[in-house]
Amino acid sequence: MLVAHTMSQKVLLSSKEIHIILHRLACQLLENHLDFSDTVLIGIQPRGTFLANRLAKLLKEEYKVKDIKLGLLDITFFRDDFRRGDKPLEASSTKIDFLVEGKKVVLIDDVLYTGRSIRAALTAIQSFGRPDEIELLTLIDRRFSRHLPIQPNYRGRQVDAINQEKVKVLWKENEGKDVVYLVNR
Amino acid sequence: MPALSVRHLLGIKYLNEKDIQLIFETADQFKEVINRSIKKVPSLRDITIANIFFENSTRTKLSFELAEKRLSADVLNFSASQSSVKKGETLIDTVNNILSMKVDMVVMRHPNPGAGIFLSKHVKASIINAGDGAHEHPTQALLDSYSIREKLGDVAGKKVIIVGDILHSRVALSNIFALKLQGAQVKVCGPKTLIPKYIESLGVEVEPDLRKGLLWCDVANMLRVQNERMEMSYFPTTREYTQQFGINKELLDSLGKEIVIMHPGPINRGVEITSDVADSSQSIILHQVENGVAIRMAVIYLLASQLNT
Repeated sequence: MLVAHTMSQKVLLSSKEIHIILHRLACQLLENHLDFSDTVLIGIQPRGTFLANRLAKLLKEEYKVKDIKLGLLDITFFRDDFRRGDKPLEASSTKIDFLVEGKKVVLIDDVLYTGRSIRAALTAIQSFGRPDEIELLTLIDRRFSRHLPIQPNYRGRQVDAINQEKVKVLWKENEGKDVVYLVNR
Repeated sequence: MPALSVRHLLGIKYLNEKDIQLIFETADQFKEVINRSIKKVPSLRDITIANIFFENSTRTKLSFELAEKRLSADVLNFSASQSSVKKGETLIDTVNNILSMKVDMVVMRHPNPGAGIFLSKHVKASIINAGDGAHEHPTQALLDSYSIREKLGDVAGKKVIIVGDILHSRVALSNIFALKLQGAQVKVCGPKTLIPKYIESLGVEVEPDLRKGLLWCDVANMLRVQNERMEMSYFPTTREYTQQFGINKELLDSLGKEIVIMHPGPINRGVEITSDVADSSQSIILHQVENGVAIRMAVIYLLASQLNT
């Protein structure tokens, strides 16, 4: 059976633009955290981990930060939409092998949309101690679509997207190229 | 994401291999959670679970209760010995009364085989079988396989011998189903009177000689001698049983290889297994208990996510 494809997508960020934005975000993090001695980066599973890994690598290799603490946080069991979708929520692994007690935490995710994932992450991170402060970094900030009063401290690009549209972030290490699409469903 | 193929966990018999893998992968995440300093997640805060035990239990009941609390579910506990069951209430009436207090899930242990299956046909709630007579004990088999996977990397292709009272054991039956489903080889060993007829039809071999069986296996699962289920004598004396089917340190050391020792508990120390074996580095008995909480969290989480809001 043939189905007419009405889905279209346009490029929001090219590989080159992502490259420049990552450097800018790294510099902004450096400006606020200097040597990262009291700071930990936390990538939110599953899609925030690529961005977090990339930034940690950049800070180490290009900006010569000696010690970057990087953790991966799964928020599945803290989400507020349990039993509200038609499928169970699939968990990814959490890997935080340090205490966040008294630290400055930077939560990292690829797209900020309703803010509910970040709400869950704020609760989940407390299982690992009481951080001194928490900041939020996202590559894409979808404006006007928030359900909760949550805003990023660092943003790659702000986008006005309507609800039928979806922002798709692809990474070289996973999908073979760095690119951000705006997909019309 | 894949979902479980079942709405209740009544027995391993009703699961497929994918279900088991999904439960294990989910349990991996919960195992990480229960090793945090704050061991609790809020997933099930709008779910109420009743633990209904018509038979005594320590480990299983505590393990289920802890798993439920770690998931933030509300928990009701009910033991038949202190209830209206004594006054002659039927099983369906008892459970329906509990359910009318808005309970979403029932964890039940019952002395009659098939009690969970019967209940699942008559009440509106997700049922988890925590042991039904000599039939099945699915969460025990799942945690046993999970512990083997943790210790040896995989269950497929491993050789497992189940030793002891196979006839009365729901742990043995569920384990055989689970291990065969995952591609392990299974043998059973025990007094002839305690090996069911036609056990070969499940695809397992009978090994009458414990020493030979241990030389063959990677894992030995030592079952408890269930005196309470034996209304007649199945073997002459406990001492004779121990001599033929009990594991001691000398036997273990004489094998010339490392095997994994498991026991579902409670242990009759000095009967099926001596203390120095139970407490040795080859024994993973206490890991089984720890994994039990993670496995039960995974099962409850996956079943609860299929309940209608």
